[in-house]
Amino acid sequence: MQLTGDDKTVFLPGETTHGHHQIEMACAACHTDPLGGGEVLQEACMNCHGAELKVADDSHPKSKFTDPRNADRVAKLDARQCITCHTEHRPEITNAMGVTVSDDVCYVCHSDIADDRPSHAGMEFDTCASAGCHNFHDNRGLYEDFLIKHLHEPANLASQSVPATSEKSVLLSLAHYPIDRYPARKLSLKERDAPVSVRDDAKIAHDWFDTAHSEAGVNCTACHEVTDETSNVSWIDNPDYTVCLTCHKQQVEGFLAGKHGMRLAQDLSPMTPAMAKIPMHKDAANKELNCVSCHKAHRFDTQYASVDACLGCHTDEHSKQYKGSPHFTLWQKELNGTGKPNSGISCATCHLPASETKVGDKLYVHSQHNQNDNLRPNEKMLRSVCMSCHGLEFAIDALADRDLINTNFNGKPGIHVESLDLAEKRKREADKRGVEGM
Amino acid sequence: MKTKSILATGVLASASMLLSACGGGESTGIEPKEMADALHSVMEADRTVYTRLIVNRLVKEEKVIKASEHWKDEQALVLPAQMFRYGAERVAEKGAAFSYSLLSSWPVNKQNKPKTDVEVKGLKFIEENPGKNFYGEEKLGDTTYFTAVYPDVAVAPACVSCHNGHKDTPRTDFKIGDVMGGVVIRIPVKS
Repeated sequence: MQLTGDDKTVFLPGETTHGHHQIEMACAACHTDPLGGGEVLQEACMNCHGAELKVADDSHPKSKFTDPRNADRVAKLDARQCITCHTEHRPEITNAMGVTVSDDVCYVCHSDIADDRPSHAGMEFDTCASAGCHNFHDNRGLYEDFLIKHLHEPANLASQSVPATSEKSVLLSLAHYPIDRYPARKLSLKERDAPVSVRDDAKIAHDWFDTAHSEAGVNCTACHEVTDETSNVSWIDNPDYTVCLTCHKQQVEGFLAGKHGMRLAQDLSPMTPAMAKIPMHKDAANKELNCVSCHKAHRFDTQYASVDACLGCHTDEHSKQYKGSPHFTLWQKELNGTGKPNSGISCATCHLPASETKVGDKLYVHSQHNQNDNLRPNEKMLRSVCMSCHGLEFAIDALADRDLINTNFNGKPGIHVESLDLAEKRKREADKRGVEGM
Repeated sequence: MKTKSILATGVLASASMLLSACGGGESTGIEPKEMADALHSVMEADRTVYTRLIVNRLVKEEKVIKASEHWKDEQALVLPAQMFRYGAERVAEKGAAFSYSLLSSWPVNKQNKPKTDVEVKGLKFIEENPGKNFYGEEKLGDTTYFTAVYPDVAVAPACVSCHNGHKDTPRTDFKIGDVMGGVVIRIPVKS
């Protein structure tokens, strides 16, 4: 069987999940060896998702299940393989997060939880993850001692400020930044080195001059000149993400890992809103997604990229309500100078949040351009976003309230997740016994 | 116990060759018990060194840093039990055929209480027979294992104070020198 043509629809055994449908024509992205079995698929899963599981301190790593003492559990649920719980091409059994096992999956191993946690006696067997208390993989914002540390925080913290990125202070000093080619000094308009044929476009020139690119010595040819295999240098009018990658490695890698860029990562045509499975503006249907579709070439306006670029395509309920939300009001205040720096909340603040990467001995804080990174599930936003401004209890409740999400958090949570109450009760009991550790 | 030969693995084959080379003769393989004892001697030594020279010294004696289960969030030292488990996980990730774990009849995390028949028997034996190890055989899944259980003894004040004071501990009267749990090593053998 040759899988070399563009249209491989005939080979699809069933509709692909929302996470992978964009790349379903790149069969080899997952089926790296047509003769391979589960091991091949497992390797493919880990190639794309392994790093994030490490970062998340995965609560159920494979090593837990390769331990022979868990052979009885593996016989019931082979959690050594991702596809046991995330089977592809099975739309009839696919739930949120691409999960294809029933909601009572935790019960397979933890049916006796009430012996250890009497407070859990009588809880429905399918509520462990659905009630906002636990996740299978990522519990960094939900573990008991963390809940206790953040008991009784007010809904709105006294200091409300999101982390700032360190582009200006760190980027130029990173190992991958080609500082030798682009010495850091402000370039003048006269110094722009575009060829005569495009040099007279005053708007482009001024857009470039006003940006960090001219500030940092990044001239026209830095992006528009490419060198081919025979060392021939030529001018290109429309550079793609590979050019941006030269300096903005972390951002481009994030973009390629998320839903905006995953098709490009598989050498497919760019993603367009027409391909999306969530509501998009019809007039944006055929807009191709690349770096400049959000950042606008030459201006590279991060304010535009933080809100208007998003709302130019997304038209789901949450997006439509954003401009009526308290978050947008804060964003406007920051932009018009009445709000403090980093107090405004744009789409990007939550969905492309500041993320830390250790590069050599430098800590680089940059925008995470994989906008799905903290949405699987949304409790991953607690630490990376919500808790910069809100108390943990309020944030957990808000993220569990689908109606509140739809109004873009315009109001108070109508749902209360019990986890902090239970943690506090256990702390009180431990305090009575006079034990440490809480 | 009848003699069993170890299923061939890269790690074990290398160890066997090494022992053979030291002896200067033909390779005759290595008994599972010898292999398990050798692995345990390294584990116990490393575990004791980390507990005494790193955790107990810096936390209890010099008081310059905390040790915490949530070491990343707390910018603290990894607990000795975590250090041991992370090592076991790394070994598992490398695909080694043998595996090891740290269990206790009084576990802080209830997932670490003895579960298989051999674990239950082994833990009971080492608790009732100080200084002795337990060796057994068990079939888990489709594989038969030589399973060895070694006493894990409280070697420093940090061990007892942390366990006695933990909110989830089922026992609060550990003393230095007590058997607090057991190291379980499993090596697959031909059944």
